[in-house]
Amino acid sequence: MNTTMLLEMAAGGFGDRIAFVDPRLGGSISYQQLYNAAGAAARDIRASGAGRVVMLDVSNLAIPVALFASGWAGAPYIPINYRLANAEIDALLQRALPAYLITNDERASAFQDREGITARSRGAFMELAGAGGADDARRSMDPDDVGVLLFTSGTTGTPKAAMLRHRHLVSYILSSVDFASAAPDEAALVCVPPYHIAAIAATLSSVYAGRRVVQLANFSADAWIDAARAERVTSAFVVPTMLARIVAALEGEETANMPHLQSLSYGGGKMPLGVIEKALALFPDTDFTNAYGLTETSSTIAMLGPEAHRAAMARADEAGRRRLASVGVAMPGVEIAIRDSTGATLPSGQRGEIYVRGKQVSGEYEDRGSLVDAEGWFPTRDAGYQDVEGYLFLDGRADDVIVRGGENLSPGEIEDVLVAHAAVSDAAVVGVPSEEWGESVAAVVVAKSGQVAGDPLARELRTWVKARMRSSRVPATIAFWSELPYSETGKLLRRAVKDRLLDRHPHVR
Amino acid sequence: MGTLSPGKRLKSGVCATEIMVITAPDGDVDLRCGGAPMAEDADGSGNLDAAWAGGSVMGKRYVSGDGSLEVLCVKAGAGSLAAGDDALTVKDAKKLPQTD
Repeated sequence: MNTTMLLEMAAGGFGDRIAFVDPRLGGSISYQQLYNAAGAAARDIRASGAGRVVMLDVSNLAIPVALFASGWAGAPYIPINYRLANAEIDALLQRALPAYLITNDERASAFQDREGITARSRGAFMELAGAGGADDARRSMDPDDVGVLLFTSGTTGTPKAAMLRHRHLVSYILSSVDFASAAPDEAALVCVPPYHIAAIAATLSSVYAGRRVVQLANFSADAWIDAARAERVTSAFVVPTMLARIVAALEGEETANMPHLQSLSYGGGKMPLGVIEKALALFPDTDFTNAYGLTETSSTIAMLGPEAHRAAMARADEAGRRRLASVGVAMPGVEIAIRDSTGATLPSGQRGEIYVRGKQVSGEYEDRGSLVDAEGWFPTRDAGYQDVEGYLFLDGRADDVIVRGGENLSPGEIEDVLVAHAAVSDAAVVGVPSEEWGESVAAVVVAKSGQVAGDPLARELRTWVKARMRSSRVPATIAFWSELPYSETGKLLRRAVKDRLLDRHPHVR
Repeated sequence: MGTLSPGKRLKSGVCATEIMVITAPDGDVDLRCGGAPMAEDADGSGNLDAAWAGGSVMGKRYVSGDGSLEVLCVKAGAGSLAAGDDALTVKDAKKLPQTD
């Protein structure tokens, strides 16, 4: 079991079809050309003696070549965030030696003489890959071989390297995609960076389906809209911040005017209800899917499909609308359970930690072992609950829970109430140490433009929360910031909020 | 005849068919294609049994009656797949919305 087999099948089944297009640098590659290029690149990788293939570049045609060549050569593929500082990149590279590094021209010359690194510029790599002469060594089909290592974007400490074995990646594709199921005119716009699990998943699933990938490096809303129209894109995946920017860029237009866009999926962070509702109105012909997944689970484990989106829009009542805030039901072959802190399974409706089980679930980190228990369950550290029909609702991280005077409070619920106030554009709630309560509720609020942030508004917000929730949920402190810290992919960095709050309000310590 | 494990790739002895094992029961499985046993290094040069000439289709998943054996056809051929004398059947395709 090896991801290279997926490409081998694509080349055999529809080799002449265009597999990847890079409108920015120009150029495209067919499935057969991609297969041949992966084989030739694998030979160079094997000859270099490197144990790892490191990709340090924006989206371009070398990305899929490197991914499949690494599988062919039996060397794990490690895409690294090219926006990191040089010292951070060096630290990650140090963990990947001896490495075969593919990067831009400038960095390739900088790394040329570095011990343990075989550096290839993007251009040189594509040239040798295009020269043919496939690696003829027998390819490993061992399902336990490590396919991809992804550094998870932790906010503190050393990044963990999540380990995805070939069996996890291939299982994910086989359970979620039908071979050659894409029509010849289908094209997927991939705008997430190459080091994101969604980019790996999009590459593998598009190849297996036979769907042309349009690569978009360095996302901007205008570039996304232009590429989607120019390439007559039929599907795309975006993270919430991207969709928010796309919706903002289309402000004032009645529709997005993209009838060719059949499906738009989103995930990677909490989607504000206002953004998705505007998007549904702007893209009336498009099927929306909310996908929930983690790096450690080889991408999607639950999804809210197009029917649920339409039903939520059609039903004017609050319950129907509320479904839009759900990430849907478990994917085929995936089981989801909610457990409390003792590990006991909770009934529907109760908030706890989300556990997941399935063939695509890795839950394993390099040098740190596996978090998967004896029965195969992986604790996601995400918190949430399932309704009676199995729809999953996310509610922050399991360790975000605020324990105030022995009562467990969920920051997400309080944030939802704060954001519903007309003067509030964004809100974050964290627990801060309190002598009286153990922890007390602290809120950070971003006021809408034109609103006066200050004590009168803070008092009003406390009254607002008190009218809607139990008094224990009322924030003891409310700070006003101009913006909240988010990760690149739109995740609220609650720990960063907490750190900054504690420095700013030493009296609450 | 032999034990099968997920990921194992086998070739037909009588046609171009190649499969990869997705799930397999414990113990020996007599996996056949075109009436002849499949093997890792078979060369497809044998004679196709006319009773097992329905063909295999690339990308389709084939399952045994009790679901304990499932294979993926990675290369199409003229022979049809069976476990012993029991024909494997094509598993229904799922039509899932695209999530990536």
